[in-house]
Amino acid sequence: MAFLELDHVSKRFGGHVAVEGFCLSVAKGEFISFLGPSGCGKTTTLQMIAGFLDPSGGAIRLDGRDLARVRPARRGLGIVFQSYALFPHLTAAENIAFGLEMRGVPRAEREARVRDALAMVGLAGYGERHPRRMSGGQQQRVALARALVIRPDVLLLDEPLSNLDAKLREDMQIELRQIQRNLGTTTVLVTHDQTEAMALSDRIVVMSKGRIEQIGTPHETYERPASAFVSHFLGKTNEFPAEVRPNGSGRVLVAGSCRWPAPAGPSGAVTITVRPEKVAFADGTADGLAARIANRIFQGNHWLFQCETECGAALVVRQNNGERQPAEGEAVRLVWRAEDMGLRRGGEA
Amino acid sequence: MSRNGPLSLLFHAVFVVFMLAPIAVVCLVAFTPEGYLSLPVNGFSLRWFRALASYPEFIDAFWVSLWVGAASSFIALGFAIPAALAVARHQFPGREAISALFLSPLMIPHVVLGVAFLRFFTQIGISGTFPALLVAHVILVFPFALRLTLAAAVGMDRSVEMAAVSLGANGWTLFRRITLPLILPGVVSGWALAFIQSFDEVTMTVFLAAPGVETLPVRMFLYVQDNIDPLVTSVSACVIAITMIALVLLDRFYGLDRVLAGHSDRSS
Amino acid sequence: MTATAATTTAAPPAAAAASTSASAQRAPWALVLPALALFVAVLVVPLAMTVLLSFHNWGQYTGIEPVLVLKNWAEIWSDGYFLEMFVRTFRIAALATVLTALLGAPEAYILHRMRPPWKGLFLLVVLGPLLISVVARTLGWALLFGGENGVANKGLIALGLIDRPLPFMFTETGVVIALAHVMMPFMVLSVWAALQRLDPQIENAATSLGAGSLTVIGRIILPQIMPGILAGGIIVFSLSASAFATPAIIGGRRLKVASTLAYDEFLNTLNWPLGAAVAVLLLLAIVLIVVGSNALIERRYAEVFR
Repeated sequence: MAFLELDHVSKRFGGHVAVEGFCLSVAKGEFISFLGPSGCGKTTTLQMIAGFLDPSGGAIRLDGRDLARVRPARRGLGIVFQSYALFPHLTAAENIAFGLEMRGVPRAEREARVRDALAMVGLAGYGERHPRRMSGGQQQRVALARALVIRPDVLLLDEPLSNLDAKLREDMQIELRQIQRNLGTTTVLVTHDQTEAMALSDRIVVMSKGRIEQIGTPHETYERPASAFVSHFLGKTNEFPAEVRPNGSGRVLVAGSCRWPAPAGPSGAVTITVRPEKVAFADGTADGLAARIANRIFQGNHWLFQCETECGAALVVRQNNGERQPAEGEAVRLVWRAEDMGLRRGGEA
Repeated sequence: MSRNGPLSLLFHAVFVVFMLAPIAVVCLVAFTPEGYLSLPVNGFSLRWFRALASYPEFIDAFWVSLWVGAASSFIALGFAIPAALAVARHQFPGREAISALFLSPLMIPHVVLGVAFLRFFTQIGISGTFPALLVAHVILVFPFALRLTLAAAVGMDRSVEMAAVSLGANGWTLFRRITLPLILPGVVSGWALAFIQSFDEVTMTVFLAAPGVETLPVRMFLYVQDNIDPLVTSVSACVIAITMIALVLLDRFYGLDRVLAGHSDRSS
Repeated sequence: MTATAATTTAAPPAAAAASTSASAQRAPWALVLPALALFVAVLVVPLAMTVLLSFHNWGQYTGIEPVLVLKNWAEIWSDGYFLEMFVRTFRIAALATVLTALLGAPEAYILHRMRPPWKGLFLLVVLGPLLISVVARTLGWALLFGGENGVANKGLIALGLIDRPLPFMFTETGVVIALAHVMMPFMVLSVWAALQRLDPQIENAATSLGAGSLTVIGRIILPQIMPGILAGGIIVFSLSASAFATPAIIGGRRLKVASTLAYDEFLNTLNWPLGAAVAVLLLLAIVLIVVGSNALIERRYAEVFR
């Protein structure tokens, strides 16, 4: 049963369409990410859920109740902003207590809940600090505690980790996921960072130009991208022009000097997609795409190979597992399992 | 950045003398022991400061100035804060024209304001009263109150207010607990600048002054028109001293160039 | 109207985006309405009444007659006294403006090159007088100029710059000098703001290319601060043309300018309609000059203001 439901939501600013036909059902306790490049409409959608923008069309329902007539202050949503938006004139504890005060929670209970919230985000003892005297990570935790202490129906996170450095961001991702699992709060995260979306979410909504490209689990969207946009936005993908031809009784997929039995689906000009880490090297005699290593780049736990194949450039990622790797200039064959290969209608991507 | 050469420093010295000479000479003459104007001053005496006590007109005018300045700046802010928030945050038809109207007292010569207010207050029968003086000063200082408040409102992170709204704050609570504290530095310096403007104004006020509702600069001006004697220099010395103290305080707390930046576009 | 005003009133795009709901569209009006009502009632109406007043008739014994006549305007137009007075007003303003630019712009540059704490101290010394009562400052000049044995004359004779005392009191020279002093902070502030926008490395860049210090000032610095000097000039000119206390005290009763004449008509002669006409004419002249020169400067220096 849908807890938060967006039903054909759209938003136009003058003639510009920011969001179009947005349909999504979020289950209670689910962690959903809106993923896409800047300007794809993800933040606009979040602002409509929060009530800071009114949809031009469609409806947003929370637990069956239409939110259209509910003012932002009455929606009971917790929001963490990209800039954290802490109240600079209040201490950390006062920041967290603010929402409880607005709800008329008695002082004693308020203090207990603020203490618990500070402890939950690992800031016990920091209550009397002012935000300006705290590090970015600490401010981020205060903002999270402030949003969660009111026990919101839905937690909205607007690029909450984008202002942190890489190491801290990874730590916060793990912590955020842990807190969310413990509390079971339904959460919507807006991000342009695909690793963040994959690390945190139950399901990802990939958006582009105001439209939903794909909704699925991180694994689904990565392994079976529904569109060229999704496959490019979620990690790197090799693409090779190919053709499906009739061959006697059956059909065959041809790319360069390689042939595979064609799967059911499109005929004619197609594009083969395969992830760099799914490609293996075979020696010159094997049946595979002929290639030459142009560049070999060492990246610690893996090697990155830029190859020139008979069907264009390709990337190959190999684990640094101690095995011998081909050298620059070496001729190789690129091979992959049939089930790791995707097929899309049309020639060049 | 290269240093200033000796010629530059000579120019600078002459310039500083030019800027300070008239102020210094007023303060110097104020301490004369003579009963008349004399320069250079021989000796030192506080007789003319003591003499001030027997001229209640100056003391009264000082209090009128203080009250008009403080009250008109407060009232102007009461109107200017909501207007600044609207102009800073909303696009609405006529926004540019309304801002131009609000800043127009900067461009209108004060003598024109004086003439217009005198005519207006005479017509409605409150000419020469304290409320009339107060209302005129509210208009006079409004642009200064608006400018600094507007700068603070424009510079404010809107998501802070959105956060407060998402936590349940609304309307007056939002304003009192979040918005006002965040724009307070701008509001306070707006008040200070407005007060100084009101406290120093003479051209417009001279048209509206009447016995009992004369501000200090007007009383000084009218006195100087008749005769210049050490008494009026001792009044001026007091005014200069008060301004200096205010100046140093303002510089300490807010930075003088920031306050004066709001001052400098008077013609715009 | 200047560049600064334009930037402070430009709405942030986020604000515009957040105000799409119907209630949000009424909100700004509710917020500006009190101030708007105040301004219409206490500024627009009095100004309109003043314009109307300038068309009323006045007689020595009848006082103000609420009829519409062109008498006051015709008198100003035909009587050479008023032409002379307006010419004097704008001549004094122009000379004071030139004087502040010649002294204030170099001083701002010198201040700009100073190091702390001198920079802060002298900035306070130069800008501070702005906040000191105009009457007190002008009184200082009256004391310096005062009569044959004024300090200014004694000093100039001692320095060997002149051999006979110059008349300063009740002359245009005296008014221009005192006005330049009163307006100087506006010019320094305006040029200072332009200097703040300079790339601090620009002088080093020019020097590294072989420019001498005079070339640096003339070819690199001056063109960039010119908009600041002109903007300051407009401020100083408009304030000088409408100045009252300084010309009244230094110029005395005979050396009339527009402001002091309007004051006389209102509070001495009691010919309010004629005084109103003088005031309205002054307002029109200043608005035209300020708006016109602002537009010229903004067109000429469009790229510098961006």
